[in-house]
Amino acid sequence: MTSSTTAGAPTTSSAPRRAPSLKRREARTAYAFLAPSGVGFFAFTLGPIIASVVIAFFAWPVFGERSFVGFQNFVTIFTSDPIFWRTVGNTLLFVVLYVPLNFVLALGLALWISPRIRGRGLYRLLFFLPAVTPIVANALVWRLLVQPNGVFADIASWFGVEQFNPLGNEAGAMAAVVAMSLWQGFGYNMLVFSAGLDSIPDHLYEAASLDGANAPRRFWHVTLPMLSPSLFFAAVMTLITSFQVFAQPYVLTGGGPGVGTTTMVMYLYQRGFQLFDLGTASAVATVLFAIIAMITAVQFLGQRKWVHYE
Amino acid sequence: MSSATAHRPDTTRAIVQPADLHDEYVSRPASARKRARLAREVTSQVLLTLVLLLFLMPFIWMVATALKPGNEVFASPPSLFGSEILWSNFADAWTFVPFGRFMWNGLVVSVLGTVLVCVTSVFAAYSFARMRFRGRSALFALYLVTLLVPQEVVVIPMFIFMQELGWQNSYQALILPWAFTAFGTFLLRQFFLTVPRELEEAATVDGASRLRILLTIIVPIAKPAIGVLAVFTFINYWNSFLWPLIIISTQDMATVPIGLNSFLGQQGNQWQLLMAASTISMLPTALIVIFLQRHLVKGIALSGLGGR
Repeated sequence: MTSSTTAGAPTTSSAPRRAPSLKRREARTAYAFLAPSGVGFFAFTLGPIIASVVIAFFAWPVFGERSFVGFQNFVTIFTSDPIFWRTVGNTLLFVVLYVPLNFVLALGLALWISPRIRGRGLYRLLFFLPAVTPIVANALVWRLLVQPNGVFADIASWFGVEQFNPLGNEAGAMAAVVAMSLWQGFGYNMLVFSAGLDSIPDHLYEAASLDGANAPRRFWHVTLPMLSPSLFFAAVMTLITSFQVFAQPYVLTGGGPGVGTTTMVMYLYQRGFQLFDLGTASAVATVLFAIIAMITAVQFLGQRKWVHYE
Repeated sequence: MSSATAHRPDTTRAIVQPADLHDEYVSRPASARKRARLAREVTSQVLLTLVLLLFLMPFIWMVATALKPGNEVFASPPSLFGSEILWSNFADAWTFVPFGRFMWNGLVVSVLGTVLVCVTSVFAAYSFARMRFRGRSALFALYLVTLLVPQEVVVIPMFIFMQELGWQNSYQALILPWAFTAFGTFLLRQFFLTVPRELEEAATVDGASRLRILLTIIVPIAKPAIGVLAVFTFINYWNSFLWPLIIISTQDMATVPIGLNSFLGQQGNQWQLLMAASTISMLPTALIVIFLQRHLVKGIALSGLGGR
């Protein structure tokens, strides 16, 4: 504590001797500060990440003997599993529909609300609200709405659509899951984009106007490049989280009809905790992670082409 | 929207400048300009309010259903209000299942988890941001790498780990697995790096310890960042579904989302009670966000909590 004042003492011979001890003391403090987080990190984050790959190579029932089976779990899901590929397809379909629509909605509303509208704080907040309320509660409300005798069916009948039951067919059920997820989730990106738009300096737009750029050109040559770091960040995060979709189909459709809306995480859950086959479930988790890692890597490689940092 | 962005250079300025100042910048007669602006503003407000009402319709329907008599939930034609407003549904939802217990469990887990995350993150982040030690960059890189691993990938080893410890169906099983993720450390480190070193140097000269510097200088400055971390950690714990679904096996340990889910299908869905319970379940996080909205928008922008 007091050494910092004495370290400044002008004795040239003592300086090199004292410096390392100071350094060592600082390191000791640093390790002490880091310990609670670090111990927990190794036990509850890094350890499980490594273990998740290891478990995929075992036959690992919840109850009973476990044994090493090599690639058997992967071979099973890739070749003889009747629904694994369906769940991969469903997840990809969800991602392909959800991510672009999320971006269009989020950016569109952010642009609309951002510049001049009075009460924009309130608008942003209300559009954001479903993102912070329990997904289960949100999905339950949607389930009430899309019931065959629910209010959506009544509205549909005003337009001449009888027998409205989206959850009764695969396309309708997937559409319901996507719509509910969009409603629930796009508020995050809207806020990110709003903040990004707010931070674009006025003089860029003024300069562009003086150069004769019209609104679409200004959007294309000023707004988008200036917003590209936000867009990139949101793209990475939204893709990662959309591959993890679970609660929406679980509560809204139960994964059905059939396995029409069963996603990879839902399958992981069923395989592991309803069929008690943790080894195969881990193999599903490993494949999921591999897909996410690949896509994230591609995004990071691609960012140099379109993301502009100041 | 094209009309809204047609005069973009002025619109951004309108945020920071009073309306009358604004008019000095344009050559058109002020009155015509003002009228056009007012018309645009009104149109935008009306349209946006309509969109918002449509957007909030599920919530509106949820609350309306929560106040209806049970036999009118699926009345046709539908009406927003039932024949009577039954506030008693809220009380009934509370007792129909042990909903108070779910709320209590949720609060215990969310509050303790949030405190743990904030405390460990503050210390670790300060260590990474300001102190030198062997292995710092390697360790930090490890932290960073794990940020990209989704929770869903580790629930299986986590379940086995909890089983080995004999912790299934317990508060510690709900809290600990998600209390040491790298995110909080990363977020706060980014913020600490922006605090000028000079502030600490003065204290160091006065002989303050690292702990004192952290608690009396850094933490007060970093309150907004810590607050954002706290709010989002709370929300994540409160809303968490997959992990409690896996690790909780009895009703008395259920958190709110698990409780809501177990509601479904019990004695032929009592939708009016379920909607009352859903409404209650949203209150804690919705209120937090409403009260802290200004800070949160900033925090989301700065910290990258977005992208769900």
